[in-house]
Amino acid sequence: MQSLILTTTTRLLAALLLMFSVYALLRGHNLPGGGFIGGLIGATGFILYTIATSEVEARRALRVDPSNIAVVGLGIAGLAGLSAGLAGEPFFTGQWLFLFAEDGGKGLPLSTVLVFDIGVYLAVFGGILTLVFALEEEI
Amino acid sequence: MTDDYPKVDRVMGGPAGWISIAFPAVLFLYFLGLLPQIVNGPQVHGIDWVPSLGVRFSVLLDGLSMTFALLITGIGTAVTLYSARYLGQHPQYPRFVCYLLMFMVGMLGLVLADNLIALFVFWEVTTIASYLLIGFNADSAKSRRSALQALLLTGTGGLVMLGGMIILGNVAGTFELSRILQMGDMIRAHPWYMGILLLFLAGAFTKSAQVPFHFWLPNAMAAPTPVSAYLHSATMVKGGVFLMARMNPALGGTDAWFWILTIFGGITAVFASVMALRQTDIKQTLAYTTLMALGSLTMFIGAGTHYAIVGAMTFLVVHSLYKAALFLMIGIVDHATGTRDATVLRGLWKAMPLTGAAAGLAALSMAGIPPMVGFIGKEFMYKASLGLGGFGAIWVTVMIFAASALMFVTGGIVALKPFRGELADTPTPAHEGPWPMLAGPLVLGALSLFFGLVPGVLGHYLVGPATHAVEGEVHEVHLYLWGGVNMALILSLLTFLAGWLLYRSHESIRARLAAFEARNPIDFDAGWDRVLDGFKAFAAWLTGLIQTGSLQRYMAVTFSSFVVLVGGTYLIKGAFGDGLGLATASVHPVQWTVLALIAAGSILVVWTHSRMTAVAAMGVVGIGVSVIFIMFSAPDVAITQLLVEVLVVVLVSLAMLRLPYLPRRSRASFRAGHAIIAAGVGVVTTFLTLSVLSTPFDRRLTTFFETASYPEAHGRNIVNVILVDFRALDTFGEITVVAMAALGALALLRGTARKKES
Repeated sequence: MQSLILTTTTRLLAALLLMFSVYALLRGHNLPGGGFIGGLIGATGFILYTIATSEVEARRALRVDPSNIAVVGLGIAGLAGLSAGLAGEPFFTGQWLFLFAEDGGKGLPLSTVLVFDIGVYLAVFGGILTLVFALEEEI
Repeated sequence: MTDDYPKVDRVMGGPAGWISIAFPAVLFLYFLGLLPQIVNGPQVHGIDWVPSLGVRFSVLLDGLSMTFALLITGIGTAVTLYSARYLGQHPQYPRFVCYLLMFMVGMLGLVLADNLIALFVFWEVTTIASYLLIGFNADSAKSRRSALQALLLTGTGGLVMLGGMIILGNVAGTFELSRILQMGDMIRAHPWYMGILLLFLAGAFTKSAQVPFHFWLPNAMAAPTPVSAYLHSATMVKGGVFLMARMNPALGGTDAWFWILTIFGGITAVFASVMALRQTDIKQTLAYTTLMALGSLTMFIGAGTHYAIVGAMTFLVVHSLYKAALFLMIGIVDHATGTRDATVLRGLWKAMPLTGAAAGLAALSMAGIPPMVGFIGKEFMYKASLGLGGFGAIWVTVMIFAASALMFVTGGIVALKPFRGELADTPTPAHEGPWPMLAGPLVLGALSLFFGLVPGVLGHYLVGPATHAVEGEVHEVHLYLWGGVNMALILSLLTFLAGWLLYRSHESIRARLAAFEARNPIDFDAGWDRVLDGFKAFAAWLTGLIQTGSLQRYMAVTFSSFVVLVGGTYLIKGAFGDGLGLATASVHPVQWTVLALIAAGSILVVWTHSRMTAVAAMGVVGIGVSVIFIMFSAPDVAITQLLVEVLVVVLVSLAMLRLPYLPRRSRASFRAGHAIIAAGVGVVTTFLTLSVLSTPFDRRLTTFFETASYPEAHGRNIVNVILVDFRALDTFGEITVVAMAALGALALLRGTARKKES
């Protein structure tokens, strides 16, 4: 069933949802959000697109197989944990770098924790889309 | 092993070959250099591995581990050199080398480890390497079966042994062998001693193939010949013997130890010697003589007197030397003639003089004829058995006499008969083997002679220190070839006589044994298959019982278990608390509205006849719950809940499209049963929630996260900080589950789609 209203609004909504998912991911450490929520929001965007158009269209738009995204996310999260080993610290100890930090402030905080959260984002995003695409295809 | 594989052009196995030869050779020289220090006393080195569990990677260098290390690396050099020529052109030779080196590292770790847990890890490494090597000819179903049998049997034994190790570690308060070995009196007097002993022996007996766990070893001969020579005669199967020798100061010396080891060892030795006579395939004959040797070693370690330990340690070295040489010799004969059948091979002496010389030296040592070192080993074993006293003396002497006489016969069958007489027709014409294959057996054979002529060297450097290590105290060890006319010598001469008489009639004995075997109802190998079949049938029965395939049944079982277990615990413990009369006045009117929404959704789920409506109504319930989370200011949980509810509705509706149309089951009893379960879950959950709320809230964790979150983890959102930092490992586990569940569902969906097409 193709609905003109749905397809038209979806173009706008899906893009917004994807942007919002990244926003939720990045703000997660200090405000509600994070990789898990971000991944779910991002997946919702693509699910909406899948419903409005088709699974084939959505796959084309994503370009990469979602199961690959999930596994890569898992790998990134694992590597983020392992990187603590380089500093001689136990698995999954967060490593931090504070760019442009001025007296007392934390500047632009970069960390392996953020990398880990990106991995979570990708794993959740890819995992959900793997399921949805598999359920949608061939019907 | 036949040559019917596509050959790859490699000289001596290419780089893999050279690496595999250099590795044990360098280590052998290294250990040889350490030998003079070890003669003066044991050394312990180590680093921490898992300090929180008391696991250290520590090395105990004493006479016992040194003797084993030299055998492993020395025979390892001979075997890798041999393999480079024997298998060097095999397409999978590099893989073979990997397995062999993996085994070598495992075996060295096993004998050198000073920590029980480390010892166990290396023990399992050798088991796995052995599995891979027995199954190296993976095209053959027989190889695969033998490999699996060896893995399951020795692996199970190893796990049982781990139990013994953990108990022993708790009793002794340490896993360090060098300390445990000094607590022998305390351990032997401990009430758990018997349990520890039996668990350890389960590991040792499976690894060293004692009756009734012996049958995997002859089957393991499916491996390429160098593997049989190395793992399944000279080194790995002695792992169990090593363990018994190693644990002797801690566990040995009791009546239980004496009788279990001498009885099982004795039966194994004689049973194996008789079975060796039965075989026509020379490799199988040798496999059974290995069993005989393992039985004898077990018996003498059990006997435990000074002479018994000296005899066992001497025989250990003696056996490794001659048995590896004989196996390698059989490989050369097999390679050159295309057969290993003792009834076919004749007159090889002229065509293969060097092979014959190596075989002769090794077989003389096996038969225990002076001046070979085998004679010394046998003399000391007789001396030890005569010195035992009581029934033990008779038992051990009779067993060792029978085994030695039969060994004499087997020596003749293996190394005398194939080389004497006129050259017989063989599948390929006999010719001498190449030098890399001859070097090993010749050197090993020559060593058997050298140690026989100069027994003092063997006694001073290897047997003496090894005996000290096994006994746990220092005694003078003096090996000699000529001990004067005594009882042991007379027994030796009688052994030769009995052996000679048996050799003359061995063909008729073999025929009779074969006839007996055909009628014998006890077959361990077939019994093993029955045990495995039993396990499979049990698994199938259990799966059929639990996994009915009906989702409704699963749900019913899961939820009624929840009601019975949680509700039952609740009633028995009377955990109602005081707060069940929770004041309703604190509920805000807006919250009442949301609650009404949730209740309406729930009723609709039960009421409706449409699946889609039910799914959507479930979504309404979920969204109501997430609104409540928002009211109680838990935005992260609320957002997640909201998103998950939306996704569940989407996913379940999509799945619904794939479901076949089924007539609705609306039998009253069916619906009533489910209504009872549903009501039970609701009641139990409600009571549970209320009583949790009525207990005072423990804020310790919350306070910790609140205070530590920003200063330590640089984040203000506690929920997220917990997820990605404090409990990152949990999250990692969860996303692994997410990804794996998605992949699993993908496989299932694709699978059903393919079935539909076909």
